[in-house]
Amino acid sequence: MSELILEAKNINKDFHNPVTINVLKNITFTINKGEFVSVTGKSGCGKSTLLYILSTMDTDYEGDLLIDNQPMANKKEGELAKVRNEKIGFVFQFHYLLNEFTALQNVMLPGLKLGKYSEQEVEYRAIEHLKKLDIEKLANKRANQLSGGEKQRVAIARALINDPLIIMGDEPTGNLDKKNSDIVFDIFKQLTLEFNQTLLIVTHDNEFAKKTERTIEMEDGKIIKQ
Amino acid sequence: MKYKLIFRIAKALLLARLKQTTVAAVGVTFSIMMFITLLGFMTGLNDLLDGLILNRTAHVRLFKEIKPSKTQPIDLSGEYKNSYNFIESIKSGSTRKEIYNSGAIMQAISKDDRVLGIAPKINAPVFFNDGNVEITGVINGIDVDKESKLFYFEDYVVKGVSADLKNVSNSIILGKGLAEKLLTKIGDVVVITTSRGDRFSLKVVGFFQSGILELDKVQSFASIATTQKLLGKSNNYLTDLQIKLKDISLAPELAQEYANIYETDAEDIQTANSQFETGSNVRTIISFAVGITLLVVAGFGIYNILNMMIFEKMDSIAILKATGFSGKDVKRIFLVIAISIGVVGGALGLVFGLLLSMGIDQIPFNTASLPTITTYPINYNITFYIIGGIFSLITTYFAGYFPAKKASKIDPIVIIRGK
Ligand SMILES: Nc1ncnc2c1ncn2[C@@H]1O[C@H](COP(=O)(O)OP(=O)(O)OP(=O)(O)O)[C@@H](O)[C@H]1O
Ligand SMILES: [Mg+2]
Repeated sequence: MSELILEAKNINKDFHNPVTINVLKNITFTINKGEFVSVTGKSGCGKSTLLYILSTMDTDYEGDLLIDNQPMANKKEGELAKVRNEKIGFVFQFHYLLNEFTALQNVMLPGLKLGKYSEQEVEYRAIEHLKKLDIEKLANKRANQLSGGEKQRVAIARALINDPLIIMGDEPTGNLDKKNSDIVFDIFKQLTLEFNQTLLIVTHDNEFAKKTERTIEMEDGKIIKQ
Repeated sequence: MKYKLIFRIAKALLLARLKQTTVAAVGVTFSIMMFITLLGFMTGLNDLLDGLILNRTAHVRLFKEIKPSKTQPIDLSGEYKNSYNFIESIKSGSTRKEIYNSGAIMQAISKDDRVLGIAPKINAPVFFNDGNVEITGVINGIDVDKESKLFYFEDYVVKGVSADLKNVSNSIILGKGLAEKLLTKIGDVVVITTSRGDRFSLKVVGFFQSGILELDKVQSFASIATTQKLLGKSNNYLTDLQIKLKDISLAPELAQEYANIYETDAEDIQTANSQFETGSNVRTIISFAVGITLLVVAGFGIYNILNMMIFEKMDSIAILKATGFSGKDVKRIFLVIAISIGVVGGALGLVFGLLLSMGIDQIPFNTASLPTITTYPINYNITFYIIGGIFSLITTYFAGYFPAKKASKIDPIVIIRGK
């Protein structure tokens, strides 16, 4: 009954500088629609590495990755960019916004790139997302004039703009204080509950992980519990 | 839609670094400006120097040279066809300097649609009597109207009126140098002796200055009719036919053709003045070399600034890529930046180049040997502007291409991890 969003089959990844280290070992798991999944594990166990592979930015690995039942292997750089644009939303630990643009424009950019809606519609949708995250007042502020928590919320709004299948986050609360982490967590929670949004969040924060529906635990490049 | 977005991002990145991009654009502006000015000035100078000779020279000149006949009677005899013959001390026979049947030739040639016009001329060597002294000189019998139309004769008449040659009977226009030697002024009468020993009095109606001193010391002009009278010849006596063509490059070919048809000697301008072209070419090449060097230097400026910009904007590039912009999009963004710098810088360069040229065009430039020139010569040939414009685009494209390619290859993971 549940719909498959993401499927990882036997993913292996080696780094070769200067000696070969096997960072990910036979990673296999699936994510269904509407799930709120967290990934935890000790520092250096390969969480970020895994996320970069799942997000299609890293193509240098062995194994199969299917997003929306589409294999990602053998796709060209341009096609993968399209997948990222259309199907994946990103939130990073460090709030990556374009400082040359306002908060609203930052949210709109992936929407304009997709080109599914007209500019007016994209703008309307962006404002709706900002409202949902309670930051519509900041719409016309430049990105570099925002606080850390505000930036992270703008980044979440940006991740939402193209109605992605899945939102991925690499320690999105790692750089925030308790209050702001809670706000971000609540937003994620609300997204799954109200909009059936699928989420895959890497975190160090055990409390954060405990509150999610499902936790994938990693150690030394292997999944030890899921 | 897609390009609009790329332009928009390019504009934002460009404006964020306005100072550097302005410096890069000013580099392009400066080099294009110098390119335009240099070529305009150099070519203007070329045209002027060439004009000194070329304006006054026929593209093809038909004449009869006094020389020994090429074919001797024995060559015509069938009996000795297979033998060698040696004849020594051949002398020119009773050949005349006159072009036979000149009226018909002129008519036929002026109907040829490769020909712009034809002007007849009589070349008459004479002596100018200055008291006891005789000064050698030449009287050119010319058709003033045709000579003015084809060879700008009236531009070179610095004093008096050229039309008086045909309006005043027995009149003469003296070369400036010659007039100074003879101490004459307009309205005076000079006495000449022809090669046959006849003496005539001619009224001075003007002075002529070609810009070439040696010529001005011996040349003088009279009407065709006057000259025919001096020489005691009939009214169809002509020694030269000067032909101006629509396309100067056809001159050698036509000279050959006419020489064969009309059985005269013919000389083309390329053969007569080959040294001028060489000088012009060298000057043009130097101007192009300097202009292009300037542009390449400006190109390196753009290259540096874009490289710096890409280094600074690594994060932005990583975000763009993470949110779905492909390497191609990123490359386009930086190419748009480079080409915008080229377009704006180049366009301003063309405008400033034109203004600077116009400025130079105003600077007085007087020299005794160039009576028609009062300011520095500038050539406003549109081709220089087109070449300058195209070159500014090409240089900025290549200056932008490599940094843009580098930007497109940036791996977002490296940046995101590195933070
Ligand atoms: N480019 C690289 N070259 C070589 N080794 C690398 C490279 N990137 C990561 N590693 C190694 O891969 C392992 C996994 O790194 P990764 O960043 O995925 O860990 P992580 O679980 O995200 O850690 P953290 O919780 O500290 O963020 C680490 O041992 C790291 O040293
Ligand atoms: Mg990590």
